[in-house]
Amino acid sequence: MPSNTETDTPLLRVRDLQVQFETRAESIRAVDGISFTVEAGRTLGLVGESGSGKSVTSMAVMGLHRRARISGSIALAGRELLSLTDQQLSRLRGRRMAMVFQDPLSALHPAYTVGEQIAEARRRHFGTGRRAAHRHAVDMLGEVGIPEPARRAGEYPHQFSGGMRQRAVIAMALSCEPDLLIADEPTTALDVTVQAQILELIARLQQQRQLGVLMITHDLGVVARVAHDVLVMYGGRAAEQAPVDDLFRQPAHPYTRGLLDSIPRLDDPDDAPLRTIAGSPPSLASPIPGCPFAPRCSRAAGAEEAIRARCTDEQPRPSYYAPGRLVACHLPLGIPEHGTSPTDIQHPAEEAR
Amino acid sequence: MSHSNAPAPTPLTDSTLLSVRDLTKTFPGRRRLGRPASRVRAVDGVAFDLAAGETLGLVGESGCGKSTTGRMLVRLLEPTAGTVAFDNQDITHLSQRQLRPTRRHLQMIFQDPYASLNPRQTVSRILSEPLLIQGKSARAARHRAAELLELVGLNPEHLDRHPYQFSGGQAQRIGIARALATGPRLIVADEPVSALDVSVQAQIVNLLERLQHELGLALLFIAHDLSVVKRICDRVAVMYLGRIVEIGDKHAVYDAPAHPYTQALLSAVPLPDPAAERRRERIVLLGDPPSPAAPPSGCSFHPRCPKAQDICRNQRPALAAVGREGRQAACHFPTDH
Repeated sequence: MPSNTETDTPLLRVRDLQVQFETRAESIRAVDGISFTVEAGRTLGLVGESGSGKSVTSMAVMGLHRRARISGSIALAGRELLSLTDQQLSRLRGRRMAMVFQDPLSALHPAYTVGEQIAEARRRHFGTGRRAAHRHAVDMLGEVGIPEPARRAGEYPHQFSGGMRQRAVIAMALSCEPDLLIADEPTTALDVTVQAQILELIARLQQQRQLGVLMITHDLGVVARVAHDVLVMYGGRAAEQAPVDDLFRQPAHPYTRGLLDSIPRLDDPDDAPLRTIAGSPPSLASPIPGCPFAPRCSRAAGAEEAIRARCTDEQPRPSYYAPGRLVACHLPLGIPEHGTSPTDIQHPAEEAR
Repeated sequence: MSHSNAPAPTPLTDSTLLSVRDLTKTFPGRRRLGRPASRVRAVDGVAFDLAAGETLGLVGESGCGKSTTGRMLVRLLEPTAGTVAFDNQDITHLSQRQLRPTRRHLQMIFQDPYASLNPRQTVSRILSEPLLIQGKSARAARHRAAELLELVGLNPEHLDRHPYQFSGGQAQRIGIARALATGPRLIVADEPVSALDVSVQAQIVNLLERLQHELGLALLFIAHDLSVVKRICDRVAVMYLGRIVEIGDKHAVYDAPAHPYTQALLSAVPLPDPAAERRRERIVLLGDPPSPAAPPSGCSFHPRCPKAQDICRNQRPALAAVGREGRQAACHFPTDH
């Protein structure tokens, strides 16, 4: 069994990931040079809006893209996933890494009982007998907080409420004790009171099992609640990466700043109008040469001609910003206060390693 | 049979534009194994008033009946019982033809702009149609359509484009322009920003806020996002399983919620602030919202309520004043801060 207890091998290490889809008419670069790591027992929040590439990234880690050109490196506990055969991958999927999707109903088969579906992975990966696997499924349902688990295991997905279904999907994902859990908008389809339950459940299971969690979400509130580190994506690229407190206290990328300023908060006074980001997220089909955020960036718009030209023409690379922090921006926020100019920033992303 | 949620908070005044009493909607339930279908009570005795120029937020989780309520107010759904009075006229039983003069004052904005705009029509056509129905000439309607685009921050030169040529935020601006076309006095907005990207939501929230002030609109803002509602509304009504469980001035409801459900709902909203999140005490409710097909006895919140007593299981609480500022809550044990 490959070990992820060695301190120098992170649980999941993604380097310079590129995912490209070819259609007859065009080639779409959905993810363009993303790098990150997820450590055991930690949660990385992958934040972005529609089209930012966050879900494409998570599907690439799981090896779920059928017709995509993928390059770079995805290593799970030191083992390169991109060079594995389909068969090798399917032995890892559900076993070492598992995924929870936004819509629990589409992740469950309507014609099998919930118990059968949870038992199936156990039987497949461990060769467990039918009875033992069923007993384990009941235990798992109990562990994710489903009352009367023995009875509920015999029910079908349609007999479960939305929150219960997502609990069942989590039970299924964790039934083979994976090291990595990828959760793609796991609470977006749920009500806010149920969302609170599910987030709490994932946090508890993570602590008990030392799970590495990759949490994909568009909700900065969810990120603030569960993530240890955050990667903000925009237009298929990394905008910035930081420990969660640093990111919210002092965002470095103008996009992150703009996002934080534009969401209404429950604990805010509400007299001033919300600050907005002009325009809408970019189309991946017609990428621009420079920073994907440049057309909406007020900082670029207010800069001198020469610097503005850099923003629109030259792609910013993720660069060292502060310990544990990277930002891909020609005009990051807060740099003057630190006494360095944008040109002093170290290139490329060696610091992140 | 009376399901009255008790009389609405504010007494009828001259400025009351919309008055809703005992509003109820039941849908036929599904038949199971030959047993007769039970009826699903989606909205159960909702009552409130809305003054001219006022903004009321209607919040709650999925299935609480907030959208059904909104649709009944503009007569997209027929109420099973109760009355809707607009400008002192009972419109509950008007025929669609009789309703036409009122329609121009009573408009709606929907959640998904692409689904609510006809993809085969140009923007000009979409915006002109309500005006043509109201008897304007084609020329005047097109002129007004251009004005409307400008009003919602779009380029009037784009009149001859189709909805798919616009981004989600722009398409929602068109939906708003359409609602404004006839010069309404009340707009019912059903989740108008929840289908939009986070960075675009603020634009639409600001636009609605500006229009509401400039045009003196009354707005019924239906949403599940409590932060957005707090931002835009004067008053807020919290619904649970078809009933209003708390209603009042937004500062009273948000700063000192009286109903345990409102308290739990507010404490469940994640704050975009990790330090505040760690400090916070959360009330995590057990279970899911119950199905309106089989509502619990007594107070329908009692199975999830940390304060529930025997009386809560047996007796349904009516809306009653809690504290000052005209706030009401339907709870046997409300928190009076």
